[in-house]
Amino acid sequence: MSDALPLSILNNRRMDKWLRFQPDRTVKLAVGKVEIGQGVLIALSQIAAEELDVGIDRIDILSGDTADAPDEGSTSSSQSIEVSGRSVRLVSAELRARILGRLAQRLNCAPEELSVEDGAFLMDGNHTGYDYWSFSGPEDFAAEIEGSAVPKPASAYKVVGQPVPRRDLIAKVTGAAFIHDIVRPAMLHARVLRQPSRGARLQALNEAAIRKAAGAAIRLVRVGDFVAFVGDDETAVQRAAAAAPGHATWTGVRVLSPLQQEAAWLRDQPSDDRHIGDPGPPAETRVVVSETYSRPFVAHAALAPSCGLAEYRGGHLSVWSHTQGVYPLRNSIADILGLKRDQVTVRHAHGAGCYGHNGADDAALDAALIAMQIPDHCIRVQWRREEEFGFEPVSTAHMTRLRAALDDAGRPVDWTAEVWAGSHVQRPVFGGTMLAHEALPAPPPPPKANDPTEANGGGGTRNGFPMYDFPAKRVIHHLALETPVRTSSLRGLGALPNVYALECFMDELAERAGVDPVVYRLSLLSDPRARLLIANVADRCGWASRGPVGSGHGLGLAWSRYKNKAAYACVAVELDVDQDIVLRRVWCAADAGLVINPDGARNQLEGGIVHAASMTLKEQVTLDGDGITSLDWDHYPILKFSEVPEIDVVIIDNPDLPTLGMGECTFGPTAAAIGNAVAHALGVRIRDMPLTRERIAAALVR
Amino acid sequence: MTIELTVNGSAVSLDVEATTPLLDVLRNHLDLKGSRYGCGLEQCGSCMVLIDGVAEYSCAREIGSVSGRTVTTVEGLGTPEAPHPLQRAFLEEQAGQCGYCLSGIIISAKALLDRNPRPTRADIVAALDRNLCRCGTHTRIIAAVRKAAMSGATA
Repeated sequence: MSDALPLSILNNRRMDKWLRFQPDRTVKLAVGKVEIGQGVLIALSQIAAEELDVGIDRIDILSGDTADAPDEGSTSSSQSIEVSGRSVRLVSAELRARILGRLAQRLNCAPEELSVEDGAFLMDGNHTGYDYWSFSGPEDFAAEIEGSAVPKPASAYKVVGQPVPRRDLIAKVTGAAFIHDIVRPAMLHARVLRQPSRGARLQALNEAAIRKAAGAAIRLVRVGDFVAFVGDDETAVQRAAAAAPGHATWTGVRVLSPLQQEAAWLRDQPSDDRHIGDPGPPAETRVVVSETYSRPFVAHAALAPSCGLAEYRGGHLSVWSHTQGVYPLRNSIADILGLKRDQVTVRHAHGAGCYGHNGADDAALDAALIAMQIPDHCIRVQWRREEEFGFEPVSTAHMTRLRAALDDAGRPVDWTAEVWAGSHVQRPVFGGTMLAHEALPAPPPPPKANDPTEANGGGGTRNGFPMYDFPAKRVIHHLALETPVRTSSLRGLGALPNVYALECFMDELAERAGVDPVVYRLSLLSDPRARLLIANVADRCGWASRGPVGSGHGLGLAWSRYKNKAAYACVAVELDVDQDIVLRRVWCAADAGLVINPDGARNQLEGGIVHAASMTLKEQVTLDGDGITSLDWDHYPILKFSEVPEIDVVIIDNPDLPTLGMGECTFGPTAAAIGNAVAHALGVRIRDMPLTRERIAAALVR
Repeated sequence: MTIELTVNGSAVSLDVEATTPLLDVLRNHLDLKGSRYGCGLEQCGSCMVLIDGVAEYSCAREIGSVSGRTVTTVEGLGTPEAPHPLQRAFLEEQAGQCGYCLSGIIISAKALLDRNPRPTRADIVAALDRNLCRCGTHTRIIAAVRKAAMSGATA
């Protein structure tokens, strides 16, 4: 039985790691996945309420706490409902069955005669006088989870599948709600002088000038080349940090060139090369077509710069972070500081949406380092805007070259995707390093290029394999050993650039074959769920009456199944192109199997569409001199209210099929649908993102 | 120096440098955490407050320049127990993902509805263009402002 248990349960076998009944007639549900704006906590609460048969308001959820909640790794890769949700369902069903089993013995009846109504136990519809709170005992919670109970069938669901509102938004629209807002006793504000690059050494620091700029008393903390400004006046430490780079002299700073900000630069770099899929060499036919697509380095660009709190008291370090993974962060901090893991507690607190591995963990280490130097205080590190843009790990530039050998009807018989990219994941537990660690007297070795395995969806190769019925397919992955700046996970990893390439190329091949792009796709696609979505979106967007090519008005469509195993999404985009691209309308259909909270799911789908549109049209991290030069919102523009289209999302109901992670599924299709709509509007193809005014002008004179 | 102003309806007297950013005063001296730091550059709108009824960035605004004036933060609109119609509309529409942008956006929307109780979509979008939302919740936010307008959410 245990072979089938999800990893979350295998790593946390005791029932009391997950569930407890509390004296105030609530149910404590502890989970390892954390809220990063995706609404996961209400969805997990719904699953527990459903299986236990208690009112949703009785669920008191605790998430992301190394002292009191299970270790579920990182909140990433659209895995929260697939893995944690499945775990909560099994755990809740088992606890209910265990307790009802004991009650049946007590009452000398069959378990089937018992039922639960908002936590109270009924026999043949009559109250027994027992409930979870009175009848559960320590033996229920000390037990190992076996995965033996059978959860409810979807047809019996009352809470799952309902649009239950989130509970965290009320604080977020009325006042304090975030890690940034926490006030602790003996709290000191801190800012950090960042080492410009790994290996740079601080030669001189004009402390007097920095203190003068602060305008009030501040304390300087220095450990190796890590320097922080600390004090009870946040304004003063902020001023010190803003002035500090101008009063610091570094040696050994790596020098960057704007050439390195383009994906094409990666093609000439040393790489770890892998061949996946059908054997080479690629087949030759009478017609072989190849095109290359790219996306540059892009930033997570969280609306809030990262924040971390830490306090060291009595030999124990307590840390608050908006990290995606409290346990991995706890382990990294303990290892770097030379503490035992049980000397460190990390608790999750809400931050701004991160969309992947941003500066959150680094800010927590900053705070921890300072706290070790100033014990018995709570150290609050707030990153500055230019610090977040300049030092968070970015998503690697990514280039995909597609090659198709076509038959006489213009249909691919052999397909090769060749990918050049840096690491798409470099979390500290995954070969990466933490920022402040690099400035310490004993820095870590250089980060090691790494990517998720194919079984975990791949990184640079994510969605590199088409799901079309081509006779032969392969992916060649060139994982760059080094990138000019730190890179790590951002929503979808390689899925967006790979789906952009794949679905744009499909339009190009359809055009070459003289076949309508939707008809062409459907003629090469047997997956029934995908076919249904494409037909749905094509119908809703008026595909059949699509106008002529080159009118300035475009309609484009694309689809993918995220990681080729998570949720399906199909997106159509209508837009106008003059000098700039103006998005008009977006239609989306998604199939994620059983949807726990349709309102939250819709919010995620829409968010992914807008985020992907922003990335496709606008976003690029720029490099020069000693680092990243896109350090504010003027230099890293994102989609604004006036640029957001009308969005129409449909979720295909499939309650009897397993839930599929959906937070990232609209990302690639949106990018490619925009690419296809722009090509339809202009009559020329732009293959390199972002699709800026300059690229449009260049494409038109080509 | 001593600076006097009105914050959320109460007279406030502060002993603070005149060059201190209004946002720092609100957050650290008055413990009003609803106005948020996003950029310090008047680019993102997370820090938006009403100054004499006009939506303004507070992150780079010196406290000395608001002496004698009236400042309203999101805490001044409503509370979790008694939310303002705008706040209630955002909850009803579930118009948030991470929620970091929301307090600044609600302030911009408040200023809009006070001067234009029946805004069109174009009016709303124009009023919110000084606020960034990174999660892509825009369409719900626009719907929430429309809903608040329908319910007569001035005052």
